[in-house]
Amino acid sequence: MRKSLVFALLSATLALAGCPKGDDVKETPQPEQPAATGTQEGLESTGVEEGAQTGGQTEAQRAALAQRVVYFEFDSYEISPQYATLITAHAQNLAQTTAVKVRLEGHTDERGSREYNIGLGEKRAQAVRRALLLQGAGDGQVITVSYGEERPAQAGSEEAAWAKNRRVEIVYGQ
Amino acid sequence: MLNRARNAPLAMARARRVAAATLMALAVTLGAGGPARAELTIEITQGVTDPIPIAVVPFGWQSVGAPPFDVAELVANDLRRSGLFRPMERRDMVDLPTSGAEVQLEDWRMLRNDFVVVGRLEPADGDRYTIVFELINVLNGQKLLDYRQPASGRTLRGASHRVADLIFEKLTGIRGAFSTRIAYVAVEGPETKRNYKLVVADADGENPRIIAQSVEPLMSPAWSPDGQSIAYVSFEGKASAIYTQLLRTGERVRVSARAGINGAPAWSPDGKRLALTLSRKDGNVDIYVHNLTDATLTRLTDDGGIDTEPVWSADGKNVYFTSDRSGGPQIYRVAAQAGQRAQRLTFEGSYNARPRLSPDGTQLSIVTLDRGAYRIAVVDLKNNAMRVLTQGRLDESPSFAPNGAVLIYGTQDKGRGVLATVSVDGRVHERLASPLGDIREPVWSPFPGSPGSPGS
Repeated sequence: MRKSLVFALLSATLALAGCPKGDDVKETPQPEQPAATGTQEGLESTGVEEGAQTGGQTEAQRAALAQRVVYFEFDSYEISPQYATLITAHAQNLAQTTAVKVRLEGHTDERGSREYNIGLGEKRAQAVRRALLLQGAGDGQVITVSYGEERPAQAGSEEAAWAKNRRVEIVYGQ
Repeated sequence: MLNRARNAPLAMARARRVAAATLMALAVTLGAGGPARAELTIEITQGVTDPIPIAVVPFGWQSVGAPPFDVAELVANDLRRSGLFRPMERRDMVDLPTSGAEVQLEDWRMLRNDFVVVGRLEPADGDRYTIVFELINVLNGQKLLDYRQPASGRTLRGASHRVADLIFEKLTGIRGAFSTRIAYVAVEGPETKRNYKLVVADADGENPRIIAQSVEPLMSPAWSPDGQSIAYVSFEGKASAIYTQLLRTGERVRVSARAGINGAPAWSPDGKRLALTLSRKDGNVDIYVHNLTDATLTRLTDDGGIDTEPVWSADGKNVYFTSDRSGGPQIYRVAAQAGQRAQRLTFEGSYNARPRLSPDGTQLSIVTLDRGAYRIAVVDLKNNAMRVLTQGRLDESPSFAPNGAVLIYGTQDKGRGVLATVSVDGRVHERLASPLGDIREPVWSPFPGSPGSPGS
């Protein structure tokens, strides 16, 4: 059931961080994911700009930092390779400015049981946390919380809404 | 292949006239004669084709003024709501006897009743009353119950549920659960400003009382075995924490607020320990036992996947739980001691989660993915056979009534969470709809007078 995705852009260590069940890894087609750009979360202004060393950032890095939501497949806590740039940008930002902290909020869609979904949301947040740490973020800079299905980003009982709700939000400032 | 409840033993085997299940559309509003505070409207969406015909005659009241409570109406509504009885409409009654001696058997037989309930509400000292009633078999004149139930003005409703319990048990052989309670979570308000309420109500949805309220999620209520306390999860501190709350006083204790998940509390049968889910610093979602006396922690599982939703076996020696260690969620059992190996119990289907134990300890209710839909099923612990009971698309959170005859669960109606019940044989379906927001996570209380409780 769980689909593991091999990271195309990140290192093998990062791939391991996202794949606790390494024996389960198989190539799967790129899933249809909602665009991470242009989401409300991505447009909100947080402490990133103040905290980041914006002088050294390229336009692409700034664009990647503005994206703060990682979406997941059903019942999966594997990070899709399409988020490699996003993760690298946030990890570098945290590594460069150690005073900055983030809170990773894990969420699921409404299907299935609520406490299992709390577990699933936590696993998603932990997968993002491990990926950030492997790329230089400090242990004390990243905390996780899972809301399971309790806080959907979008109402509705169809795949379009579900896809928007299976997510980890990167919230600056904890 | 799932056995869809057809071969289930009839819960009503001892009741006469119970035949195959079909659709029966009846809408019942509860408490119409009582105070206008009914929060839940109960609709029987499916029942038995041939429910037991019974006449519950309005109770006599010999004192001044109007009677303080309509006992007969509540009793008739309880019996109707079970799906197993068809109480006679009051307007069709040609006679209103208030004692067995006044009952003309032939009249009630002509009106096609099998049983008749007659009684009186007698005033005693001050605010005290006695409900006096008789249950009579119309076909042979046999008096099946002759009972006096004391009450105060405040407890008349509860005492009337008790009358319904006695009649239900006499005619079906199953202990009635009308005088028990349910707890559930209600969510109101727009998505940006939700208000979560933990509610305790009578089993018919009346007398709702908010016991906790928060703008952050509340979830996973669990009754203590003595019915005096509820454990639940609250995100009020911006992270999950487990609380226990004594219902009588509202006194609250924060039991667990460790790093990561604090979830899925489940009381041990002796009420002294909570099984719970923690992820702690290592991020590993595992089952632990928290001793409520000394706050010591015992780790039951240690697996890289998700282990959660623990529930105790009846003897307190084992814990059933959900784990995705095999890829998707399935039900497992592990001894309630550190370092034991877990055994997988479910193999049918790709998603089986959230076990809850039947009161007799022989079955688990679960949420299962059944042909693309999330539905309630029961697993027989003797042979691990599974039966799907419900037909919804997003059914969740099943909880057994303390008599084991019915399950309450959460389902969706037009995008809103509502509560529903289904008999354990899958034949009788009811839906409870609330005018207030989303309702979810119903849990049925134990019987009053359960072990450790100060009595009914």
